[in-house]
Amino acid sequence: MHELSIAYSLVEIADEAARKAGAARVRTVHLRLGAMAGVVEDALRFSFPIAAGDTLVAGAELAIEPVAVQVFCDVCAQSRVLAAPFVFRCPVCEQPVFTLLQGREIQIESIEIEESEAESEKRLYETAHS
Amino acid sequence: MKPRILELRQAVLDKNDQLAHALRGQFEAAGVLVVNLVSSPGAGKTALLEETLRRMQARGWRVAAIVGDLATENDARRLARSGAPVRQIETGALCHLEADLVARRLEGWRLDEFDFLFIENVGNLVCPSDYDLGEAVRAVLLAVTEGEDKPRKYPPLFHSADLALLTKIDLAAAVEFDRNAALASLQAVAPHAAIFETSARTGAGIDDWIEYLAARRRDLNRNA
Repeated sequence: MHELSIAYSLVEIADEAARKAGAARVRTVHLRLGAMAGVVEDALRFSFPIAAGDTLVAGAELAIEPVAVQVFCDVCAQSRVLAAPFVFRCPVCEQPVFTLLQGREIQIESIEIEESEAESEKRLYETAHS
Repeated sequence: MKPRILELRQAVLDKNDQLAHALRGQFEAAGVLVVNLVSSPGAGKTALLEETLRRMQARGWRVAAIVGDLATENDARRLARSGAPVRQIETGALCHLEADLVARRLEGWRLDEFDFLFIENVGNLVCPSDYDLGEAVRAVLLAVTEGEDKPRKYPPLFHSADLALLTKIDLAAAVEFDRNAALASLQAVAPHAAIFETSARTGAGIDDWIEYLAARRRDLNRNA
């Protein structure tokens, strides 16, 4: 089960970004997860709070956006979406497909952070005067 | 408290990817072809590697291996009998190798003294698929003693491989192995992959696989 390793990497990235931004805590972590990433969503959800420990990510929600497997068919010259179970053949012309366009992503898109009023005002002031 | 969105758009395994990218650069600069061997436990990675190391050395190639296992140094000892430099990574609880484990284990080796470096990953059909080790070739093994439909059950790992080795083909008849079903299953999930049918015991197919690797190494050095 490598989902725990992935959860630790995820938390490390979110925690570091939140700290840099002067956040009080992370509310939500938005993750894009490919259907061919080899990551079991339930296992990742189970691991996430463990990895979050007492970081700024503790208590945060893990929002997962699934990413479908998309391939390029050279014969049709079209991109196609594959459904599970994954057979790398064009669903239209049934020829083998060799190019995977998406579906392996394990990507942190954004985090929603909470910042204190003081931190928020300081940032707005700095942005206005830079 | 005010909420705010921070856009990150970062691969979660970015650190590993970057380190693997740096390793790949080092391997290419040194002219060493690196092969990452992945499979389920017991598919015959060590036996294949023993025979491959032995034959490659007999041909005058300079070869080395790094072996990952959760525990024990048994595989490293087996491989060291070939006379090739072999190092062990005991991963403890980790179910796969990561680029930094490989990088640390390379310390003290001069990469340009090797023509080929084999990395035997931890036996696991799931976890190693997301971790790039900087290899030029990822080879997945499927033993005839496993189910013919394994590739369909584990598409991320099989699809991520550049080539597939059917192993233990000397046992095919004894286990009533359905060769056509296995080939169809591999081609369904990894149509890009070359397939070699091998037996470490009889030596069948091993020279073909070595020829393939030698050709890949020539390509690597031509493009360097």
